[in-house]
Amino acid sequence: MSNQPQRRVLEPVSDTGRNGLDYRELIKVSLDSLLANRLRTFLTMLGIIIGVASVVSLMTLGNGASEAITGQFSALGTNVLTIFNSRPNRGPGQSGNIAPLTMSDYKAIERIKLPIVGPVPQFSANATIAAPAADKSAGILGTTADYAKVQSVTMASGSFFTDANVQGASQVVVLGSSLKTYLFGSGEAIGETVRINSLACRVIGVMASKGGGGFGSVDDQAIVPITLAHTRLFSARTSDGNLRVTTISLSVIKAEDIDFTQERIQMTLRDLRKLNSDGSEDDFNIINQASFLSSLSTITTLLTTFLAAIAGISLLVGGIGIMNIMLVSVTERTKEIGLRRAVGAQSRDILLQFMIEAVVLSLLGGFIGVVLGSILPIVLTVTGTFNAPVTLNSVVISLSVSLATGLFFGIWPARNAARLNPIQALRHE
Amino acid sequence: MITIEQMTKVYTMGEIEVHALRGVNLTINSGEFIAIMGPSGSGKSTLMNMIGCLDTPSSGRYALDGIEVASLNDNDLSAVRARKLGFVFQQYMLLPRQSALANVEMPMLYRGISAQERARRAQVALELVGMGNRLDHRPNELSGGQQQRVAIARALAGSPSVILADEPTGALDSTTSEEIMHMLQQLNREQKLTIIIVTHESDIAAYADRIVTIRDGVVTTDRKNEVSHV
Ligand SMILES: Nc1ncnc2c1ncn2[C@@H]1O[C@H](COP(=O)(O)OP(=O)(O)O)[C@@H](O)[C@H]1O
Ligand SMILES: [Mg+2]
Repeated sequence: MSNQPQRRVLEPVSDTGRNGLDYRELIKVSLDSLLANRLRTFLTMLGIIIGVASVVSLMTLGNGASEAITGQFSALGTNVLTIFNSRPNRGPGQSGNIAPLTMSDYKAIERIKLPIVGPVPQFSANATIAAPAADKSAGILGTTADYAKVQSVTMASGSFFTDANVQGASQVVVLGSSLKTYLFGSGEAIGETVRINSLACRVIGVMASKGGGGFGSVDDQAIVPITLAHTRLFSARTSDGNLRVTTISLSVIKAEDIDFTQERIQMTLRDLRKLNSDGSEDDFNIINQASFLSSLSTITTLLTTFLAAIAGISLLVGGIGIMNIMLVSVTERTKEIGLRRAVGAQSRDILLQFMIEAVVLSLLGGFIGVVLGSILPIVLTVTGTFNAPVTLNSVVISLSVSLATGLFFGIWPARNAARLNPIQALRHE
Repeated sequence: MITIEQMTKVYTMGEIEVHALRGVNLTINSGEFIAIMGPSGSGKSTLMNMIGCLDTPSSGRYALDGIEVASLNDNDLSAVRARKLGFVFQQYMLLPRQSALANVEMPMLYRGISAQERARRAQVALELVGMGNRLDHRPNELSGGQQQRVAIARALAGSPSVILADEPTGALDSTTSEEIMHMLQQLNREQKLTIIIVTHESDIAAYADRIVTIRDGVVTTDRKNEVSHV
């Protein structure tokens, strides 16, 4: 006791009469507690981060995908009717002999007076197309000059071929934008000669990109006069001397005339094909772009709903993760709660502390989740792979669900612990 | 100043009633250093919990500095604990991931003391228990005896009327126990602190000035300790 340091005396506290924590102290206590237990804090946030990130990315990608799909098809024009050569309700094994779609069908439709642009016959086949610098196997579409109007073609340079080109079976070709880039790079293509199945054709136009990408896109095709395709490029003659076409399309001028036009064409073709005499089924199929779009939107809605459901499941799993860690952490922290109560904390102080901890965890985790979940859609959008802007919807939904779960499972067990008698809480093992 | 008259405590566990206290009478004056002794299960901890306002008696009277504790609600009891009482536990009960200083400051949060004043008092308290050079250490960086010193600093930093220590040396070896008891004795003399400890070891009780023995929930002996250690 000889070397005791000089002792000070703690004077009595001048009492403020105030009980409990004010909000600034509460926030500090909560943040201190979160920082002091970094691993626990991180693990709790992880559930929120994963849930929110997957909702944001899946919902955003789902939206982007369905918009890309619908966009690609509506670019084709909503008033367009396309006639295919197939039976609408053909079951398996029911092959039968189907009379192919030919130029006679096309001419029969042309003869009816209808409020339409077109019709245009389309004959598609693959061929090798060779430029001096590159060659490629590409889809060649033979059609008439009206194709440009029916399909609302816009030209990047040059022009589409004319009726005279079609009548004269001119050796001219119009290139899709991607095909042009493949064959000529950024150089000039107009006036150059390409060989289609070794037949020399002059490039007279390049179409603007229709976008959307995808399989069989017009951007990857070359378009030639149908007469050239029929006579010089491909063998298209049927056994009875007709010329085959792949599809016939036309654009109805006013949307309200679509149904009536479709019926007239159906009757005409049935007459021509002598289907009425024996009451056979149609051996052709008229696709109405508008009704196609609406059934497509059913599919894309299904896709988005499906992705949203997956996202919802991950949010649920994330929520269960939060719940678990919060429950475990409150059990672990019951002693701490008992201690704080014993030294004078009111139940309200404990409850508010846990509430603030839960809010901070949920908000911070939610924020990190939104950032992480946005990375993939933003990268895809910026690189031009896929247009998927982050939707406000997905952010709001995921944040509110995570906040609600975080708050509920942060507060509910803490409330029970705060109500315990301090002795029971202190003795808790 | 503590006045306890005819205090009883009955725990009901299903069908069984446990009479932990059966009419305790006890008066403790300011500045006393008192040891409560008795065999295991005699009601020592129960009595301490009553004095500590951690639980309420089944019947009887308890006044702490003139406050009739029996009539208080939960929030008022919290306020009394915050201002009048300092606790020392057998298992130290420090917040594991917080510094010694933060641990000592913690109780003062709940009674409206400013951050600056909290830090100042916590530092003085830690100096008083000889831990002035360990302010930033975490509990896992301290020995058991050092942790108990921090816990004692936490109990006295707010200048309570009474410090309650239930088996404060129960987890310590005998040398460390003597150091801790010596320190409590000094705090009692120099800081005029009222200290109540519970122990079942007479060596430990010997540091106190007065020794109260309880058995089966009643006080059996209450005597001055003439030969207390110096
Ligand atoms: N929370 C409780 N519930 C039921 N019985 C209890 C409770 N606390 C203590 N007891 C009983 O009260 C009696 C006194 O216990 P306690 O005060 O802890 O004794 P001591 O501290 O002297 O060993 C014992 O019989 C014990 O089992
Ligand atoms: Mg005991």
